[in-house]
Amino acid sequence: MSDLKTITETLISGDVEALMSQVKEALEKGTAAGEILANGLIAGMDIVGERMETGEMFIPEVLMSAHAMGEAVEILKPLLAEGETNTAGRVIIGTVKGDLHDIGKNLVSMMLESAGFEVTDLGVDVDADAFMKAIEELNPHIVGLSALLTTTIPAMRDTVDRIVQSGKKDSIKIMVGGAPVNQAFADEIGADAYASDAGSACKLAKAMLR
Amino acid sequence: MFTVIGERINTTLKKVKAATAERDADYIKEDVQNQEASGATYIDVNAGARIGHEEEDMKWLLSVIQEATQLPLCLDSPDPAILEMAYGLVNQTPLINSISLEKDRFDPMMKYLKGKECRIIALCMDDSGMPKSVDDIFSRAKSLVEELEGIGFKRDDIFIDPLIQPMSVAAENGTMAMDAVEKIMTELEGVHTTGGLSNISYGLPQRKMVNRIFLAMMMARGYDSAIMDPLDKEIMAVLKTGDMIKGKDNFCMNYLKAVRAGDIIA
Repeated sequence: MSDLKTITETLISGDVEALMSQVKEALEKGTAAGEILANGLIAGMDIVGERMETGEMFIPEVLMSAHAMGEAVEILKPLLAEGETNTAGRVIIGTVKGDLHDIGKNLVSMMLESAGFEVTDLGVDVDADAFMKAIEELNPHIVGLSALLTTTIPAMRDTVDRIVQSGKKDSIKIMVGGAPVNQAFADEIGADAYASDAGSACKLAKAMLR
Repeated sequence: MFTVIGERINTTLKKVKAATAERDADYIKEDVQNQEASGATYIDVNAGARIGHEEEDMKWLLSVIQEATQLPLCLDSPDPAILEMAYGLVNQTPLINSISLEKDRFDPMMKYLKGKECRIIALCMDDSGMPKSVDDIFSRAKSLVEELEGIGFKRDDIFIDPLIQPMSVAAENGTMAMDAVEKIMTELEGVHTTGGLSNISYGLPQRKMVNRIFLAMMMARGYDSAIMDPLDKEIMAVLKTGDMIKGKDNFCMNYLKAVRAGDIIA
């Protein structure tokens, strides 16, 4: 097995100690940091995301892999050239107004970061104004809206409407998710994608920007 | 005795949503009768999923359900106007689901609750979000109890929901809920604790096993109500057995009755 393939496998297993030493070893052998990140670590998180989507891996295992990824990236960071990190695209994400639930949003945020996206998490109870302000400032490729309560579904619609009215919709893809949300609702409010879990959110985000 | 709040009449559930949209009274009545036969204490009614139709759906559900059962209802809506309408239509003293310390919710709900004859579920949620520690949960519970007592609620009519969070995302979520329940039940003696028990198993496989064991562990700490599915035979068996072990079942009569009915099989 190549070093990168080993790194990918170790990342999936979530063994942080082994992963750190394999990453260091690969660097010593002269593998470029960017190569390790893209073809070792991010490649591994892609598989984690897929396995999460299919139900082969469960949330605690995904968290373990993501934690290992974070530690490994810390080793690579000083060695990465400008433009080699967060290359996948810019995302802003938040739980919509009136809703304080953050578990699903945090999982999506973490998976996107692990996949190389630059993620700005606006937190919970985020109103349309706050989303618009962040869009103006950060010029994201993707905006992610999360909700757990049926009662905050209208806030999701309002936020999408505001983005459309601002004329920014052409350059932004909107992704929605959460227990009361489904594909039909996403279509109805004019969102570009609905994701049922963090793994598929990650896959969809990549596909939308391809 | 444990208070079972039957969670099945909720329009976010596909079949209930369809039955409500089609005004299929037989489906709703049968479900409610099954919940009653299985040991539900309250029937929760949530008509919120069909946006724009909550008022008419709630009205219809209340009339259909009360033709099928004498059980008291748990009125489940964040909208005081819907709750006001529903309050006028129930035959028994209802349980209201719910109030929290979130500013936008607290003020209108306090106004609504004042002077009403009802029981109340109080969520340990405030504007800073989900609780992060036992102290978070307890201090919110305490504020809610003080506020509710201030407008005339008896402790026996207050059901505190500590907001159970999943084990899959943080290892301390189980002990946090259990410790909080024990603190609430001892230091705010007389109130009840309730909530969505199955949140604990979100993101894990074989969720029902996690839910059952968690219920037993929570009961040991004083947890005396849950929003749950009374048609889940195994968890109801845990509940009845737990009540018996806690000494809440004189001469083990309910336990024995349940065994003879085939509801408890080991």
